[in-house]
Formats: sequence, structure tokens, C-alpha cells
Amino acid sequence: MDLQDIVDALFTFDNYAQLLPLVRNSLIAGAVLGLLGGLIGIFVMMRDLAFAVHGIAELSFAGAAFALLVGANVVAGSLVGSVLAALVLGFMGIRARDRNSIIGVVMPFGLGLGILFLALYEGRAANKFGLLTGQIVSVDDVQLNLLVGCAVVVMLALAAIWRPLTFASADPDLAEARGVPVRGLSILFMVLLGVSVALSIQVVGALLVLALLITPAAAALRVSSAPGVVVLLSVVFACTSVVGGILLALGGRIPISPYVTTISFAIYLVCRMVGSRRSVRRSRPAEPAVAAVTSLR
Amino acid sequence: MTSTVPRPSSSPRGTDVRPAISLRDAALSFGGRTLWEGLDLDILPGEFFAVLGPNGSGKTSFLKVLLGLQPLDAGTATIDGGPVTRGSRALGYIPQQKSFPPETPLRARDLVGLGVDGHRWGLRLRDRGYRGHVDRLLRDVGADSYADAPVGLLSGGEQQRLRAAQALATDPAVLLCDEPLLSLDLNHQQAVSSLINRQCHERNSAVVFVTHEINPVIDYVDRVLYLADGKFRVGSPAEVMTSEVLSELYGSPVEVLHSNGRIVVVGLPDATTHHHESA
Repeated sequence: MDLQDIVDALFTFDNYAQLLPLVRNSLIAGAVLGLLGGLIGIFVMMRDLAFAVHGIAELSFAGAAFALLVGANVVAGSLVGSVLAALVLGFMGIRARDRNSIIGVVMPFGLGLGILFLALYEGRAANKFGLLTGQIVSVDDVQLNLLVGCAVVVMLALAAIWRPLTFASADPDLAEARGVPVRGLSILFMVLLGVSVALSIQVVGALLVLALLITPAAAALRVSSAPGVVVLLSVVFACTSVVGGILLALGGRIPISPYVTTISFAIYLVCRMVGSRRSVRRSRPAEPAVAAVTSLR
Repeated sequence: MTSTVPRPSSSPRGTDVRPAISLRDAALSFGGRTLWEGLDLDILPGEFFAVLGPNGSGKTSFLKVLLGLQPLDAGTATIDGGPVTRGSRALGYIPQQKSFPPETPLRARDLVGLGVDGHRWGLRLRDRGYRGHVDRLLRDVGADSYADAPVGLLSGGEQQRLRAAQALATDPAVLLCDEPLLSLDLNHQQAVSSLINRQCHERNSAVVFVTHEINPVIDYVDRVLYLADGKFRVGSPAEVMTSEVLSELYGSPVEVLHSNGRIVVVGLPDATTHHHESA
């Protein structure tokens, strides 16, 4: 395979006009998931849940692989796996330390189960690979309705709890004193996160969910702290990555996820460069040495 | 009852004012150990009430009871005449300084805004005076110059001023402060404590101020609750901060020195948990 073959595999735009209608459903699904990922990613960042997203994704993969094996609905299997994982983390991993060790224990088990189920599955190999790395033209009308329906429910729930969840994520002690149900919100958010992960897996695959749920929000946080701007940028970045990734993948022969992850990584790099100037501008001199003396316990 | 210390009158002034905080025969234990019991206390509006004592003496638990986060083992507690309820609008709370991560997606004004309506469900669809209210609070604590700066990039002292603005958002009848000056430099200690004092003596809020260190607020304090070793003593700083009283509370000789308007405590049994002598 010489360089020309690689370029052809990556970018081929012959018959593009004929191909486009075939991925209409995927594009709609991608845009909706971009919107969802951009929104939920902000709270994932605030609550320091990046590793949890990865852990949930592996359990979700196991659920989807099991569904594939027994001939059930893959999206439903994926949902069951990730919501179960999210609930376990929500109830057991209150503190970040505990949570990380639980994820570290549960994640490889989930991945192992998923691989077992896939090994037992005797159907099309593309189905297997798609769960891990994403698929592009497989979204039919039924799946699309399921995806969009679930995404809308999650976004409505997120809107309803937006303010108290922001409060509880930024400052849990004070939020609790103010009567915000911090623990209940934490568990509810884990469920919403679980559903979001399961939905995202359908497009970008279990291994690359972070590109949709973390990278856009992380990029937005590098360049702004105004909540409205962060929300807008995060959503725009996520939608650009997914929809742009699908459009580019259409011409080539490779899965969608390398395109999605590359676009979102490029956006992150640009935001980091822009953001580094911002933090230099705001940095201030260290507090006087007396602070260290008075803080001795 | 384990409190062997005779208690002075529980209310400092006349009894015609309804107390902002009232405890009757209150007791609290932790892990089988009694932190305090038989506590009768009335804190009046406009009173600056300091809670002192070594680590583990139940200072923070005392605040948690008033916040409604910790039930009493015996006795009753009322706030502003009503039972203690979590999230009451009559309560403001300033916790210990805790730094926000640099990438927190909030500006100073958004953090203060959480104190105004952060507990409400749904999105903020209409302004309803929200912006003006937040601007007023920021001005009150002298934070208007960094109102639009990201909270994660502010110094500990600046963040703590915002915490004060958050707590004052409801113009609370009772302001509860848990070591609010810890890890602040002297300038910010003075700024934050004078803010709290203003809310107390000008706006007539009752302030409960939990601290290791009475000196930064010594000019403001009306009364002290000193907790140690399951015992306690309530009174004016002059009554409580004496060698006799503290020696009795700790059950070992403790010397209290007054120097230049400051109080220096020497010979505490567990010196590492205490630092009246610093600063």
C-alpha cells in the first residue's frame, strides 16, 4: 500500500452526491449526539468524571455485545450496560479516590465480557468492530428515533437540574447547606451520563466516547469561563467533530471514529493555544508569605 | 451531665428580643463520645458569637446542627423562632476556603449568582432583577473589580469574598461561618472579617463564627462558646478567655496572656491543634 492508496482510503469523494442521502440518518444522529455530548461534557469536566466515562463505556460495550450475541436490540443492550455501570459508580464512588479504583476494577472486567460475547458471536464482523470504533451507515429509522428520543429526554432532564447541578458540582458543601439535594443529583447525573455514553457509542464506538463527551467541553473550558459561552462553544465543537467526521468518513473506507477524534483533537489544540494567553493575562503574584504562617494548623 | 463548669446566664442582654438561635438542653455525640450536652443557649440578632476549641471538640458539628445537616441527640434547636430546616433562607453559610479548579466554568458573578438562585430547578429564563442583585452583592464585598474574572483564577482571599457575597444573598437572619479566614493572608482576613462584622452589627444578623483563632475577630466578638473535652463555657471573651476557665476546661494548667489587645494561650495540651499564639 503506497501513499496514494492511503490517501484514497482516507479521502475519496467520488459519487459523493449519491452517498450523502444514505447517511442522512447518521448525520441527524451525529448532530443530536454532538449537542448532547457538548452539554453533558461540561458537567463531566466540572465533576472530574472523565475516567468514569471511560469505565461506563466499557460496560456499555459489554451490554451491546451481549445484545448482539443473543439477537436483542444493540442500543438497548448498550443502555442497560452503561446505566448499570453508572449506578454502581454513583452509589459506591462518592469520593474521587474510591471511584477511580472501582472504575479501574470494573472496566477491564466489562471489556473482557464484551470480548467474550463478541468471540461467541458468529454474525458479520463489521458489527463487532463497529461497537468499539463506531459505525456510519447503520442508523436506520427505528434506531434514529430511539437515539433522538433518548437524547431529548436526557437534555430536558439536564435543563431541569441545570442550576442546582452547577451549584452542586462547583461547591457541594455550600449547595448542601442551601438545601440542594447533592447526593440525589449526583446519582441522577450518573444515570443521564450512562444514557449519553450508550447513545454516543452507537456513533463513535466504545473506545472513543471520550472524544465526544470530554474533548469538546475541555476545549471550551480552555477559552472561556462565562457559562453561556462555554455551553455554546462546547456544543459547536462537539457537533462540528461528529458531523464533520461523518462527512469526511463517507468518501473513505475506514470507520468514522478517526475523523471525529482528529477533528475534536485539533479543536482542542487550537483552544489550548488560545487559552494559554488568557491564563497568562489573568495570573497574579503569589499571596504574601504570611498566609502560610496563619494557615498552619 | 459531664459539664462541670458552672454556666453563666445564657442570654447577654434583655429577653424582650426573640433570639435568632435558641438551643435547649442540646446534646451531641460522635462515635460514642459526647461532644457536648446540656447546652442552653440564646443568640440574639446582631450578636457576634464565636465558637472556639481544639479539633474534634464539636465546633463544626455545632454548625452542622444549625444548618440542619446533623440531628441533635437530645434537646431542641430553633432558628428565628422556627425549627431548624436544611436550606432555610434565614441562614447564610460561609465555609472554609477551598480553591476552585482553574477550569471551573464560572465567573465571579456566576458564583455569587448561585447564592441567589442556584438551588432553584430549571433554567433561569427571565432576569427578574437577578443581575442587579448580583451586582449589588459584588459591590458590597468589594469584588466588583473582578466581577467577570474566572473564579478558578482568583486568589483564595478573592474567592472567600465571593463566598461571603453568596452567603449574604438572602440577607440572612443568621450567618454561620466555618473557619472563613483559614489560609487567607492578613489583609484578606481583615477584609472578610469586617464584612461579616458589618452584616452582624449594622444589619442585625446573628453571626456564629467557628474559629481556631480568636484574634482576627477579637474586636467584634460579643460572646464566646469554648468547647473542650466534652465540656463548654459560654460568656464574654473577658469571662471565658482566662487562665482559670481554660485550665478547668482542659483539665490541665493553661495560661492566658493578654498582650496589645491580643490573646495568647500558652500550654495547651495538644498544641498542634491550636494556635492562638500565632498571627
